[in-house]
Amino acid sequence: MPLTLDEVRHIAQLARLKLSRAEEQLYASQLSDILDHVQRLQSVDTSQLPPTASVLPLTAPLRPDETRPSTPRQALLANAASVDDGMFQVPPVLGSDP
Amino acid sequence: MPTLVHLGLNEAASLLRSGEITSTELTRACLDRIEALDDQIHAFLALTPDLAQQQAEAADARFAEWRANGGDPPSAVCGIPTAVKDVLCVEGIQATAGSKILEGYRPTYTATSVARLIDQGMVVLGKTNTDEFAMGSSTENSAFGPTHNPWDTTRVPGGSSGGSAAAVAAGFSPLALGSDTGGSIRQPAAFCGVTGIKPSYGRVSRYGLIAYGSSLDSVGALAHSAADLAPVFSVMAGHDPLDSTSLREPVPEPAHDVSDLAGLAIGVPDEYFIEGLQASIADAVRAAVDVMRNLGATVTAISLPHTDLALPVYYLVAPSEASANLARFDGIRFGPRAEAPNLLESYLETRGGLFGPEVKRRIMLGTYALSAGYYDAYYGQAQRVRTLIKHDFDQAFEQVDAIACPITPTTAFTIGEHGDDPLSMYLEDVFTLPANLAGVPGLAFPVGFDAEGLPIGMQLLGAPLAEPVLFRAAQAYQSVTAWHKEHPDL
Repeated sequence: MPLTLDEVRHIAQLARLKLSRAEEQLYASQLSDILDHVQRLQSVDTSQLPPTASVLPLTAPLRPDETRPSTPRQALLANAASVDDGMFQVPPVLGSDP
Repeated sequence: MPTLVHLGLNEAASLLRSGEITSTELTRACLDRIEALDDQIHAFLALTPDLAQQQAEAADARFAEWRANGGDPPSAVCGIPTAVKDVLCVEGIQATAGSKILEGYRPTYTATSVARLIDQGMVVLGKTNTDEFAMGSSTENSAFGPTHNPWDTTRVPGGSSGGSAAAVAAGFSPLALGSDTGGSIRQPAAFCGVTGIKPSYGRVSRYGLIAYGSSLDSVGALAHSAADLAPVFSVMAGHDPLDSTSLREPVPEPAHDVSDLAGLAIGVPDEYFIEGLQASIADAVRAAVDVMRNLGATVTAISLPHTDLALPVYYLVAPSEASANLARFDGIRFGPRAEAPNLLESYLETRGGLFGPEVKRRIMLGTYALSAGYYDAYYGQAQRVRTLIKHDFDQAFEQVDAIACPITPTTAFTIGEHGDDPLSMYLEDVFTLPANLAGVPGLAFPVGFDAEGLPIGMQLLGAPLAEPVLFRAAQAYQSVTAWHKEHPDL
């Protein structure tokens, strides 16, 4: 079940990955091979099986709501590509359509 | 002064305690050897000589204090130079995860597993090479070039903890830290002829480990022997309030004086001795099992009937989790950013330009498996089949205490051998993936060499939290064999 180039472009857009034309071709072929391989799971009857999301019993542990020091703002901002006035600076979300 | 290169951790620890060597000398010897020889190996992405010097001096002060005043001796890890896989955060030291998307990133905190060892006096030598975001089986997926196997530099060291395994094998450090999501400690341990522990899921905190597959990731270590790893594991393990999946069960003390294996039941699964398994690996693993039988263990054939489904399950579950985890790398809070007129273009350019091919492949595979219309058929079905794989182990551990099996179908392959065929690379992981899907611990150790002089490893798998059983069996095996004492000539 080969992936089409349009499907690869759609997935790449969802994953926020810009691909070259050559990459689109390559991933269409490689991802199709991988999907062919995993196809064998479809023949397993799992109608009576619960899913395993984690091997541990998942709980939401609670902790006392106590104040404690957090990482200083300046230390966190130091890793950012662009900061302004103590905040992360990002390109405009709206406008400047691609 | 004894030769410092290739000292095991416990040997080094006893020389440090007796005062025959200092951590400063040992650390300097490691750094000198790395500087002289790592051009051939490329185990390290970065060295931290200033931090190492400072930590070594602090360790020496601890020993001096203990000698003067008595009390409990410093930990076995005190003063031990250690190579840290570059997916584990150390405060202020660049962490790249083998990726250009994190170039320049300096974490503001230290991973709990690493911090616990540093508290006990461990010395950080530097950060080791890894497949990008731990996605790979050879370190060829590192954005900074591959690591070379110290036994044959035309071959891969395995991966993704290939830099860490190569560092121990090359005599660069007696201890290295790694992570194992689908075999990333055990497989490079096998390829490089060293010993590695992949703990049970939840046994060691994942806080500060750059996440790949969160239901599969575990933090562990590599060294020259199981006895060397036992005290390291005891320090790293245990509950951490910063990782809600870390287990609260008490951590056992490492065992001493392991002389026989009376009462230990070992199972050998038929499904791991399949067509495609190199004959010399099958022979070496069976011979190692015979050694353990002679030490008093009972050995029975067992079945893990769904083993062949682990590969398709893993290559849906892990990429799905990765596609979610790696969404955070967007050029806003850390790492370089491609400038673009708007936010969407900036995301597309930054991620498309800075993630490497394997990471993009897995993100897309996971995005597809989780997308509307495909979720149940791919991700949902994989999670249900994962239940079968876990059942296999649950049932096996009702019969036996440990499972002995091969780690890899072949010994170390050559750099470039899998070229542009990712599926053929994935098939290398067929024997290591089931343990991660079931969350069970694995201990990898050398059991021989093939005709070309390349190391052969085997793994012992245990029930969740049965690490002490694995350490006992491997320590007993290594007390009567010498494979783990062999090292390559560099």
